[in-house]
Amino acid sequence: MLLSTFISKPDSVSAIMLKVLLALLPGIALYVWYYGPAILVSITLASITALATEAAMLKLRDRPVKPFLSDNSALLTAWLLALSIPPLAPWWLVVVGTAFAISVAKHLYGGLGNNPFNPAMIGYAVLIISFPSHMTHWLSPHGLGQVELSFADQLAYIFGGHLPSGIKLDAVTTATPLDTLKTQLQLDRPVKEILGMPIYGALAGKGSEMVALGYILGGAYLLFKRIITWHIPAAFLGTLLVTAGIFHLIDPGHYAAPLFHLTAGAAMLGAFFILTDPISGPTTPKGKLIFAAGAGFLTYVIRVFGGFPDGVAFATLLMNICVPLIDAYTQPPVFGKKDGGAK
Amino acid sequence: MLTALIVMSGIALVLGAVLGFSAIKFKVEGNPLVDKIDAILPQIQCGQCGYPGCRPYAEAIAAGEADINRCPPGGEEGIRKLADLLGVEFKPFGGGTVQKPKAVAFIDENLCIGCTLCTQACPVDAIAGAAKQMHTIIAPVCTGCELCVAPCPVNCISMVVIEEKITTWKWKYPVYALAPVRRSAFGRAPE
Amino acid sequence: MRTLYQFHGGVHPPTNKTQSTRTPIAPAPLPGKLVIPFHQHVGNMARPLVKAGNRVLKGQLIGMPEDGVSSAVHASTSGTISAIGMAVVAHASGLPDLCATLIPDGQEEWVTHEGMAYRTAAGADVRLALRLAGVVGLGGAVFPSDLKLRSGKHKIKSLVLNGAECEPYITCDDMLMRERAAEIIRGAEIMRFMLDAEEVLIGIEDNKPEAIAAMQLAAAASDDKMEVIVVPTIYPSGGAKQLMRILTGIEIAAGVRSTEKGMQCFNVATALSIYRALQFGEPLLSRIVTVTGNVRNAQNFEVLIGAPVNELVALADPLPDTNLYIMGGPMMGVPLPSAQVSVVKATNCIIAASDKLFPPPPPALPCIRCTRCAEACPADLQPQELFWFAQSKNFGKAQEYSLFDCIECGACSYVCPSHIPLVQYYRFAKSEIRALEHEQAAADLARERYEFRQSRIERDKQEKAEKLAQKEMTALAARQSAATPEAAADNSAQLRIQAAVEHAREQAAAARPKNIDTLTPRQQAEIAEIEARRAKAREMAHPDAGQPKE
Repeated sequence: MLLSTFISKPDSVSAIMLKVLLALLPGIALYVWYYGPAILVSITLASITALATEAAMLKLRDRPVKPFLSDNSALLTAWLLALSIPPLAPWWLVVVGTAFAISVAKHLYGGLGNNPFNPAMIGYAVLIISFPSHMTHWLSPHGLGQVELSFADQLAYIFGGHLPSGIKLDAVTTATPLDTLKTQLQLDRPVKEILGMPIYGALAGKGSEMVALGYILGGAYLLFKRIITWHIPAAFLGTLLVTAGIFHLIDPGHYAAPLFHLTAGAAMLGAFFILTDPISGPTTPKGKLIFAAGAGFLTYVIRVFGGFPDGVAFATLLMNICVPLIDAYTQPPVFGKKDGGAK
Repeated sequence: MLTALIVMSGIALVLGAVLGFSAIKFKVEGNPLVDKIDAILPQIQCGQCGYPGCRPYAEAIAAGEADINRCPPGGEEGIRKLADLLGVEFKPFGGGTVQKPKAVAFIDENLCIGCTLCTQACPVDAIAGAAKQMHTIIAPVCTGCELCVAPCPVNCISMVVIEEKITTWKWKYPVYALAPVRRSAFGRAPE
Repeated sequence: MRTLYQFHGGVHPPTNKTQSTRTPIAPAPLPGKLVIPFHQHVGNMARPLVKAGNRVLKGQLIGMPEDGVSSAVHASTSGTISAIGMAVVAHASGLPDLCATLIPDGQEEWVTHEGMAYRTAAGADVRLALRLAGVVGLGGAVFPSDLKLRSGKHKIKSLVLNGAECEPYITCDDMLMRERAAEIIRGAEIMRFMLDAEEVLIGIEDNKPEAIAAMQLAAAASDDKMEVIVVPTIYPSGGAKQLMRILTGIEIAAGVRSTEKGMQCFNVATALSIYRALQFGEPLLSRIVTVTGNVRNAQNFEVLIGAPVNELVALADPLPDTNLYIMGGPMMGVPLPSAQVSVVKATNCIIAASDKLFPPPPPALPCIRCTRCAEACPADLQPQELFWFAQSKNFGKAQEYSLFDCIECGACSYVCPSHIPLVQYYRFAKSEIRALEHEQAAADLARERYEFRQSRIERDKQEKAEKLAQKEMTALAARQSAATPEAAADNSAQLRIQAAVEHAREQAAAARPKNIDTLTPRQQAEIAEIEARRAKAREMAHPDAGQPKE
């Protein structure tokens, strides 16, 4: 018999995870609006793979399947991973990434609650290192591609690898705004000119900036529901803003404006959904600030000076390594031991 | 080149002198490792490890002659601490040692003939009594080593297991299955 | 308006207090049997003063406080002691403890008692009177009140009276304040006088308007500086440290006495029993108990200490699906091991529980480090870290992370989305650490005694050797000077000594165990084996010494 409290707040891990999934919906809706329904295919694919891998790993580890399968954590990993990779990615890419995330990054470390790294970001890192070319097939937003694929054509490509005859892959896909910026900067074009290209919108990429707006909406919901605290989004976005701002002030021709960095790539997804993963993140308020600030700085450094177009995933993983240290050094003072225990 | 040689030799000389000086100045008497091991051992002095007391066992461990898993009164926690201290792997009890519940000796005062054999055997002077006088155990200092049981010629010493009282009761480690927990039937003591 | 302070964290569980406040406090009828434990307080068990068969009067001292922290136990009514023995008591362990069983005679015949002039008597006498009246903290901690009423070397500024009663379901203090506010205030005046405190602060949660009104009225009539302070309803505002923080902004760390910060805190019911004890000489014989939960008529009863729980609950008409009784509230309460245990001084509430009222928790999932517990913790701890260390039995680390600052309020368990029984982990870790410390102390004592014995044996051996050497020397000298007359005298002394030694040797031989001549072969074999073992042990202890002389 357990001798703890007899009453508990009606809350559960699965309810929390479900709310996070709900919070992703505005972003996903805008994604579909701007890029077509292909993303729904990879989300579905990733979800099925995640649940199947989770069940298999639980069986192998001799753990009860039902309570863990219904905790929605595998689904969340799947969705975050699916949103991080190109929607036109071949089906096996999604499957391999998700299966690796769930089996290696989550279960080999002890399953729910024990993974030191964000599983979705591990999955992303594995994919971008192993299959870099497949990870660049981002769809062009509505009205920008030379040709627009029908949903059936997209399905055919995802599952069969065939495009309708006469259409080249390059015609339907495009590099991401961050990627384009990077390659164009290497051609010595000034930022202002690059951002005048058709794929760029008011702040960052056309379409992608709106998806980022959707993530902000979802993040606001999470904050309102007290699923996440303000510390991580504020510190992450703040550091990214300040770092980008400093570089932009030094040389506006070479470094894009801070608002560009906030709305481009996975910054908003990272701020509200990836870095806020409690399991692989720090627990103390001060630790959350340090963790997210570090991630914000690293994201900028990787984006601008690193070899990869976006830095959120690697910044997250690098900061995940520091979590035990951050936690150990940011323990808040306990009751009565704060500066003499006075007011 | 020469300067570098002189500097390096100079540093070596100074450091060597400091080391030599501190070796004499801060010389540690005895073997501190033995003390550290002895501090972990429960001091029951029962000899179950095959050594005549805790300190001899500590010395044997420090000398690498004895295994760390021969001390039943110390429990697995004790083995774990020794393993931590010595930087070796934890291992379960071995060498024919078994763990027993904690107990104290009890002398049946009707049978005791006052032979003092038990007082001579007691490693912690926990038995009061003189020759031809009835002996009795000073229970609070008895370590439960059982060394007095065997020497008694009239078998008047028995070991009494210390029962759990409310004051010594410990909260149990929460054990739960990943299936909904049902309450124990009403009126019965909780599991 | 007074500035109130906040403590970190806290939760808002449904209060469920209205059920038991609809009717006034009712006296519970005299039960058929009272089982009075001798250990109802923090500290040493009271020493029984009565034997089975003794007739006792109401209020008669039956358990004498034993040295240090302890308190007295009394016969709650007049009758006959039928037994002094072990019985299961209201404790989470379900273990038995020493109790007196009292069969009431229905006469309610009081022992002679009278109040004392506490304002003129010496402080020590007043405290002794409280100790002998068995007055302990009735908020649940049951710490002897006399020990808290020493002003000591610190100046007490505020006497805090705790009427917050933050735990759900419990309303005994609420009802007591509504009905007996004047007596509580009189008790507070006594305590203020004893502590020489400047002011009395009475903290009551804002969900008890009737109690607040009654207490304000009573406090206004007092000559002392008293203030009833309405505090917001948040669990655990009724924790002594949390309440003191709310009222004064001062935090008392674990291990620090509140008097060092100029404060002392008492429960309102304790104030009342102090008043009754000093004004009328009435020891603590009864208390108010809320009976609520899965019952038809939840209500507060004034119950004699020792009354069986099942008879008490029957007064409130429990529903048939009741399957557990909880002593205390749903946050900090403990399940009673049996319905036959008796009401003790710590029993503020009995909740009849059923699976419908308190559904068994869903399966516990691993901790996801969401830190809802840290946000709820009123002691500013990191419960998720403590859980991690307690779970892996890493007790040193748990202590490093201030495990003993945990007040076991259960706020963390309440909010945990993984439904981990956190409080039980902390209780487990705390009791393991206490046991380990106890064992360490025992080991240190044993080491000291062992080393002393070794040195004593060594010393004895040395002294013996010295004596022997001296004897040989004198013998030699005697032989050399045998011719002189003085030597002859010496010689006779020498002879006497030798005779004495002979005699002692004979005696030693006679003192050999008498029963070793008629041993069975098995016993002889056993003895031989023991001898061999001892010889081996000796050899190992002193490898160079060889076989010592017997």
